[in-house]
Amino acid sequence: MSNELEFLSRRVATGKLSRRDFLGRAAALGVSAAFANTLLSDAARAEGPVKGGMLKAGLQGGESSNVLDPALNLSQVNFSFGKAWGEMLVELNPDGSLENRIAEEIGSSPDAKTWTMKIRKGIEFHDGKTVSAEDVVATLERHSDEKSKSAALGILQGIDTMKASGDEVVITLKDPNADFPYLMADYHLVIQPNGGKDNPNAGISAGPYKVTVDEPGVRYGGEKFANYWQGDKIGHAAQIEIVVINDATARTAALQGGQVNMINRVEPKVVDLVKRVPGVTIQNVSGRGFYPFNMFCDTAPFDNNDLRMALKLAMDREELLDKILRGYGSVGNDIPVNEAYPLFSTDIEQRKFDPDKAAEFYKKSGHSGSILLRTSDVAFPGAVDAAQLYQQSCAKAGITIEIKREPGDGYWSEVWNKQPFSLSYWGGRATQDQMYSTAYVSSADWNDTRWKRPEFDKMVVAARGELDQDKRKAMYRDMAMVMRDEGGLIVPFFNQYIDASGKGVQGWVSNPAQEMCGGYALSICWLEA
Amino acid sequence: MSSPILKLVAQRVALGILLLVAVSVLIFAGTQVLPGDVAQSILGQAATPESLANLRAELGLNDPAYIRYFRWLGGVLTGDLGTALSSGQDIATSIGGRLWNTLFLAFCAALISVPLAIVLGLLAVRYRDGWVDKLISGLALASTSFPEFFIGYLLVYFFAVQWQIFPGISTVYDGMPFLERMQAIALPAAALTLVVLAQMMRMTRAAILNVMQSAYVETAELKGLSAFSIIRKHALPNAVAPIINVVMLNLAYLIVGVVVVEVIFVYPGMGQYLVDHVTKRDVPVVQAVGLIFAAVYITLNIVADIASIVANPRLRHPK
Repeated sequence: MSNELEFLSRRVATGKLSRRDFLGRAAALGVSAAFANTLLSDAARAEGPVKGGMLKAGLQGGESSNVLDPALNLSQVNFSFGKAWGEMLVELNPDGSLENRIAEEIGSSPDAKTWTMKIRKGIEFHDGKTVSAEDVVATLERHSDEKSKSAALGILQGIDTMKASGDEVVITLKDPNADFPYLMADYHLVIQPNGGKDNPNAGISAGPYKVTVDEPGVRYGGEKFANYWQGDKIGHAAQIEIVVINDATARTAALQGGQVNMINRVEPKVVDLVKRVPGVTIQNVSGRGFYPFNMFCDTAPFDNNDLRMALKLAMDREELLDKILRGYGSVGNDIPVNEAYPLFSTDIEQRKFDPDKAAEFYKKSGHSGSILLRTSDVAFPGAVDAAQLYQQSCAKAGITIEIKREPGDGYWSEVWNKQPFSLSYWGGRATQDQMYSTAYVSSADWNDTRWKRPEFDKMVVAARGELDQDKRKAMYRDMAMVMRDEGGLIVPFFNQYIDASGKGVQGWVSNPAQEMCGGYALSICWLEA
Repeated sequence: MSSPILKLVAQRVALGILLLVAVSVLIFAGTQVLPGDVAQSILGQAATPESLANLRAELGLNDPAYIRYFRWLGGVLTGDLGTALSSGQDIATSIGGRLWNTLFLAFCAALISVPLAIVLGLLAVRYRDGWVDKLISGLALASTSFPEFFIGYLLVYFFAVQWQIFPGISTVYDGMPFLERMQAIALPAAALTLVVLAQMMRMTRAAILNVMQSAYVETAELKGLSAFSIIRKHALPNAVAPIINVVMLNLAYLIVGVVVVEVIFVYPGMGQYLVDHVTKRDVPVVQAVGLIFAAVYITLNIVADIASIVANPRLRHPK
């Protein structure tokens, strides 16, 4: 970088030169606008976050029935607020790697069955106590208790024993799992004093913000925890606030009107309008969430792979992506994972809409008559429209789809995972193993495609215990290929998290794992002075 | 005040209480036939059979319905509304703040809309069939005809986004300075005013016009009284009963029917609280809120009844 550019970009960062002037001079020096912009944001970052002030988020996904107990966190508001006051053992970085937080070091035995986590010394809880290995064990105990209502119960079932010794936590698993550290990044596993056994709703952990306001379904507030163990590394604003705004229009208006600095869940259909508002930046990132069409592989007529293949080939994924998500997503390939996951092979051929081939497979399957597809507004935004578009593309292949629109009430209890062909959503998991073992092994409760293949189960277990990354990657590729060509899953698209930040918000780093910078938006962003 | 009035009032109140008990039975029965169950709804897509069974047992969902009804009624009579199934919080405490918010918003909206509606109604009568009458009626009817969310969004668009005079989200909280609170509720109060204005205005106009046909109004005119004093002294007192009725009906609406406005302006009132808990099948909360709403309706209707009796000499002094 030329000295002059460097000098100029620093002048912009300190407010002595306008952005426009900078871009003009940069162009005069023969620098492209895109590169000049990069320089600018680098300079702004180098200038350092602005400390203090109040950062406000307007978020969808909060109800007056919510509680602070991290075990019961399901909605977006609690998720984001939990990341502000809670501290975890490890955290998932935007690039898919793990960052150690309360766990200072994590190591395993060569067979990936015994895991040892060294607990960082001197981390303080909001109530002044020091985080100990016993607190960590108590937290894991509370979440993995058979009677627990914790949403993390499922992923902790592989734990056989755990104990605290000194500043170490030693965990033995029933089966080898190379991904064990990733499981500890689950957002429910907020470390609480005595595991939250005394009062799970106290909102006490070791995160950057202390809970000051807890009004379920209305607003939440926090103030910077003076003894936060990472000091000023994150948690730049002195105070944070989350206002629950479930109405999409109200949320956008609040951002435009400057009452909040950031919002989540911008609807794809208004993104282009919101983009034009001065000062507002759309923050979208490809995620791991997808919207499946689930077929039961063990129920007629879907027990016939030719029919399943016909139904897969008859889907016009590009059209669905374009019309339902307005392009804010990426096409699916009939597997539950995508390039947002570590160890994903990008060379798997993309399945395309092919009505002729679909018709061929349909004929081969010998099926006749219409096929009943169940959908509902609650499956995902636009699910009813998606079913109708799919009906039309199937018609081009000579396949008749009958659509049944189910009521949203009871959809998750009566239709999803109960009826043989229905629409649904999956939020994605931290690793490929987690995704496959949650829904695509014979024993999984949530096996919503009834994909029960002993040989596939074996592949999942083998990959889970493999510590050699290259071998693992190859194994995941094999699994994906089987699933893609024989599974009961049709994936039209993966979604994107579309958030928006308002005027003067700096420091935003999108995270494919979750919305709002993986929940850390309020902790890592700051307001321009 | 004579004893026949007291008797009438006592009768109305007793009837009201009876009605409330009947409503409580209905509410309880109604919540029993909602599809799905609360355990499933709390856990959603993330439910496993084990966690479902654990939760059901813990919530006491396995007892027979009549036992749960009497347990509940007994609690309500002693001021204990129970705890919310979904959050485990005391319902009376969580409703307290929200009920106050709802009443406050309703009160402010009523404070603007009722006098405004009556004055506009009087003006419309005074200048009936002229352009003033037509303008008032036209505007009021137009504002009522638009759906609430449309009016809400229009107000947000102009006052919050374009001109940035008032906040578009009305999050109020305990200990909020009074002026800030007033500023926060300005837009929802305005939206509610626009929604309820027309009915009260039209009713005032119609009731007074009705009275204006009477012989004594003609007499008053012949006496040479000014149009306004005729309306004020002779017509209004005799038209007050239907006006009170419609005012009470709208007050009830302001308290129990404002879910849409609450959602648009993110106002922490009863409506949003109810909707959140209906979707979670949180039966105790739904029952408690339903009962409070019913009580509000019944009370306001009793007040309207009694007020019309008191305002009407023929009912006041029955032969």
